[in-house]
Amino acid sequence: MTVITLLKDRLTRLGSRALRPVELMGSMGVFFGRGLFHMLTLPLQLRKISQQVYFIGAKSIFVICLTSAFTGMVLGLQGYYTLVKFGSEGMLGAAVALSIIREMGPVLTAIMVAARAGSAMAAEIGIMRISEQIDALTTMDIDPIRYLVSPRMAAGLISFPLLTALFDVIGILGGYLTGSLLLGINPGVYFARVNSSVVMKDVSGGFIKSIAFAILVILICCYQGYYTHRRKEGFGARGVSLATTSAVVSSSVLILVADYILTSILL
Amino acid sequence: MRKPLIQLKNIHKSFGDNRVLKGVDLDIYPGEVTAIIGKSGVGKSVLLKLIIGLLQPDAGSILFNGRPLADLSRAEKHDFKQKFSYMFQGTALFDSLTVYENIALPLSERGKMPKAEIARQVRRKMEQLDLHQIEDIYPSQLSGGMKKRVALARALVTDPEIVLFDEPTTGLDPIRKNAVHSMISDYQKRFGFTGVVVSHEIPDIFYISQRVAMLHEGRIMVEGNPDTIMRSEDPVIQQFIYGLETRHDDLTGLLPQPQGEKKFWEHMARLQHHRINFSLILFTVENIDEINEKIGHVAGQMVIRNLAMQVQQFLSITDTCSRFGMNKILVVLSDSNKERAQMFCSQLDQEIKPGQMLGDQDKRPDFCVSVSVGFVEVQEDSHLKDLLIGVEENQKRFYEFRVCTMSEET
Repeated sequence: MTVITLLKDRLTRLGSRALRPVELMGSMGVFFGRGLFHMLTLPLQLRKISQQVYFIGAKSIFVICLTSAFTGMVLGLQGYYTLVKFGSEGMLGAAVALSIIREMGPVLTAIMVAARAGSAMAAEIGIMRISEQIDALTTMDIDPIRYLVSPRMAAGLISFPLLTALFDVIGILGGYLTGSLLLGINPGVYFARVNSSVVMKDVSGGFIKSIAFAILVILICCYQGYYTHRRKEGFGARGVSLATTSAVVSSSVLILVADYILTSILL
Repeated sequence: MRKPLIQLKNIHKSFGDNRVLKGVDLDIYPGEVTAIIGKSGVGKSVLLKLIIGLLQPDAGSILFNGRPLADLSRAEKHDFKQKFSYMFQGTALFDSLTVYENIALPLSERGKMPKAEIARQVRRKMEQLDLHQIEDIYPSQLSGGMKKRVALARALVTDPEIVLFDEPTTGLDPIRKNAVHSMISDYQKRFGFTGVVVSHEIPDIFYISQRVAMLHEGRIMVEGNPDTIMRSEDPVIQQFIYGLETRHDDLTGLLPQPQGEKKFWEHMARLQHHRINFSLILFTVENIDEINEKIGHVAGQMVIRNLAMQVQQFLSITDTCSRFGMNKILVVLSDSNKERAQMFCSQLDQEIKPGQMLGDQDKRPDFCVSVSVGFVEVQEDSHLKDLLIGVEENQKRFYEFRVCTMSEET
């Protein structure tokens, strides 16, 4: 008898553990759907969207410039020493431009924005949740997802591709800095290689990635903040700190996973 | 038979293993203030959240105008929500918005009102609630009492039909606490909304509500008008009400109403057994509504407090002075007859200091506080209720004085 109950108990626990991710995906899907839907419902929240574009986009420019410059410079260095072994250091422009436009640009931009703006988003929404401000919105008949999530989603969709473009340009210039000015590759050759190797498909692929990452980052960060109160391992301020941490960690990991999947589809 | 506006039928709600509500039945009637009292953690706030739909009941139904909420269509739910307003226990102000934006949010997000009109409405509510020159600061820069008033302004700015107050006065000082109560009752009369107040403030909450429901062990234990509840013989209710009640009314320092009534009966017993006469004097601040409206609710409470302080100075140690409702003070003058009561009044009239009545609030030379006084010598067979009605009817004819900030007239 006891063996049967024990077995039953194990089975139940296994089942509920298996169901949890399904449940999570379902509720995230609904959350995403509502956020996306309310982006388009009238009246458009242009003021809030522009505020978020400023916060997510404009305020990230400095960080993106720094990361992209150093990424480009490192790629220039590494690429040169690898290519010089084959005597084809003239290909440096192509190597730097392709790796940045296809991979580094979208991925690093998304990770940097997740760390900078995503964490802030999760914390802000989380604090609103634990201090009943989200409930207050509901009682005023204001849809909290429309009010809090939709403008951020719209702003993410606008800012991510623009920041990625900025990353790409500065990254390529960084490669030029080390490749041409430091290691002496002819600048004309460098830029000619960039010009001849990059095709439209590379650029649009990069942008598709950046849009996918925008959705991923904003969705995960807002979701973590919005459901702070559902966490079992910590309530209140502790809940917010856990929500912020897991928002950044899981969006960074998922960016890399999604990058692999998207690359394999796009290639 | 009046029809209830909101009906709760056999509501159950649990959080994990904790069964909070175990079959609550409650009717809320339109145009009334219903107070929900009960111990901490008994589920009073949960009840309010169930009504507004922040939580869903595990079992049972909530009816609005006779229709279950669960059956409403999307558009009807929308309409239903727009009629409601909710004031949170912890105020739940948006801390990244300014005070003005906070109060304006319910109007601006509905998106149907022009900006100038919103500004007008918000300014008017702020003025009515004594919120001056704080439009551009953030909630975290405000004191607790100010936050409560901003939250109240936000709850009332949409002119709702039903307002749910979750402990609107916890953490306020006595004057502001009474001011909030007076505001709720005042606005309720003026705008005619239906109010549901969750409160610990006993007996103050009895003065402003028409119905009181006591939540005990997951059920509504008793429901009725405040008088019935206060006079209930049930030991649990008695213990709860008198356990929470303070020895002194914390606004005036006087005895609270139920204790004042007790004193009356003690004196009555002495009259019946030992033939010791006593008389009653009732002070009424006649124009409390006018004071509330013109100078503010805080000033209204100051007047009552200052009147109480001045009256007390003339009392001997055997006399008792108690608060009686929102704007009345009852004095039981022991060992006295009608003449002594009259003398007491005229002495008070001569010595009362008019300048102190409004405190330092806002000295307006043209403004008078009108206090009327009535007195009666108690007969052996009289009842308190009849006596008071008699006193109130004769009040003005007997005596009336006006205390102005500048001059006094009799």
